[in-house]
Amino acid sequence: MKVLSRLLIPAALLAAVIAAFAFLQLEASALLSREGLGQMADYASGFLAPDLSPAHLRAIGHGALETLAMSAIGTLLAALLGLLLALPAAGRFGMLLQAASRLLLNALRAIPELVWAALMVLAAGLGPNAGTLALALHTAGVLGRLFAEALENTPPAPGEALRLSGSGRVAAFCYGTLPMLWPQLVAYTLYRWENNIRMASVLGFVGAGGLGQMLYMSLSLFQEAQASTVILAMLLMVLAVDSLSGWARQRWVRG
Amino acid sequence: MLNPTLAQRDPAAASRLLLTLLAVALLWPGLGLSELDLGVLFDGSNADTMGTFLAGFWPPEHGGEFLALLWQATLETLAIATAGMALALAVAIPCALLATRALSISALSRGGRPAWWAQALRWPVRGLLIVLRSIPEIVWALLFVRAVGLGPTAGVLAIAITYAGMLGKVYAEIFESVDPLPARALLGAGASRLQAFFYGVLPQATAEMLSYTVYRWECAIRASVVMGFVGAGGLGQQMDLSMRMFAGGEVASMLLTFLLLVLLADLLSRVLRWRFA
Repeated sequence: MKVLSRLLIPAALLAAVIAAFAFLQLEASALLSREGLGQMADYASGFLAPDLSPAHLRAIGHGALETLAMSAIGTLLAALLGLLLALPAAGRFGMLLQAASRLLLNALRAIPELVWAALMVLAAGLGPNAGTLALALHTAGVLGRLFAEALENTPPAPGEALRLSGSGRVAAFCYGTLPMLWPQLVAYTLYRWENNIRMASVLGFVGAGGLGQMLYMSLSLFQEAQASTVILAMLLMVLAVDSLSGWARQRWVRG
Repeated sequence: MLNPTLAQRDPAAASRLLLTLLAVALLWPGLGLSELDLGVLFDGSNADTMGTFLAGFWPPEHGGEFLALLWQATLETLAIATAGMALALAVAIPCALLATRALSISALSRGGRPAWWAQALRWPVRGLLIVLRSIPEIVWALLFVRAVGLGPTAGVLAIAITYAGMLGKVYAEIFESVDPLPARALLGAGASRLQAFFYGVLPQATAEMLSYTVYRWECAIRASVVMGFVGAGGLGQQMDLSMRMFAGGEVASMLLTFLLLVLLADLLSRVLRWRFA
């Protein structure tokens, strides 16, 4: 057994890597030749002078706002849909509905955002609407599962006490279960929002609006200077979201 | 509080209402910007096209010729992920060695804190790693598709670049998180930095590094499928083509293959991690 893990697994990994390179037949020689490198350098040099004209910056500002709006509305829709699906998925309405809603949540979650976006562009046309729907569908799968787990782990006693003293099911949920669940729901939703901001900026590659669509357009038109500004804007947005969420987490979660 | 007349109204209702109103006011412009319109989905002609497309999902396409194509695309996806990871490792390990504080000689006499100039020398490498990983892999893929043409080469390069940034940062942190005393003893006794790394740091860091690398490989498979949508080869590119042709059956089989692939990668990575960690 020891020989197996010491020799066989590394050998198999090495073989897999070699097989991968052999299968792809990467034209490394063409890529690394003087000509290939020269072409790459030419292409890259177009990105070194970003277009900082006010009109373009204004367009980027609009694109960034669109991206933020897509992610925020998408996450909000996802949280609502997720909560709606989490209730049956946590087993509140019987076994049959539990199995069905879990299957649905798994399917929503398993398909990546970008594939949803491609599907939604077909279904709802080009533009940010498709991106918002795609984010909402995938995130609903993720949040629904997290919410269902949170719901299962919430102590049932307060809700039951309310039910026993004569309140309705909805009131018992709102005043017995929800207050204990609420902080977790908010934390999960904010965490997914952070992810979705990053995701929303690239969904545009399949035509779903936001900064991604601008980048795709300018690259298709060989406007490297404009594209380079969009990439800078994406980079800034990612870094800003990262540092903001890091700061918020230290301030409120570990504080 | 047991007096029922006191509990008639929710005492926190006013503040909750205010918070909700505030959230709505903040999100209202977002509704306009995101052009949210659920009605489009159920609009006459759109719903018809989608209906026929979705109806084509069953049965999934399973003709011999198509299955051969699917098999090729799946292998290509796996190969892109594996080759990309191999290149990423080749970049990440030297960068991690340059960026980590664990092998600092100036830190020896300062209780583990390197001199300011030594830190300043590490910053360019750290900055490079930040830029590499902060630009999403699909953006790199799009750029490389324009630079080297459609096909798997762009996918391999994109994965190599993004994952080099992530792996380099995480490896550097892992080196710093292990017990520093063996490496310091070796460095203090006159060993070279590489010797100190191989005999002082690496033995403690192997398990964690392997487990993270395998996890990233799993992510690379998912990423390589997604990158196909901008033309970087593999399963994603085929899926994009089939979607454009509204071939529901083909899309269904490809989605199933993708799910199966992700499941298998998850399983394999669990086995490898259990074996090594």
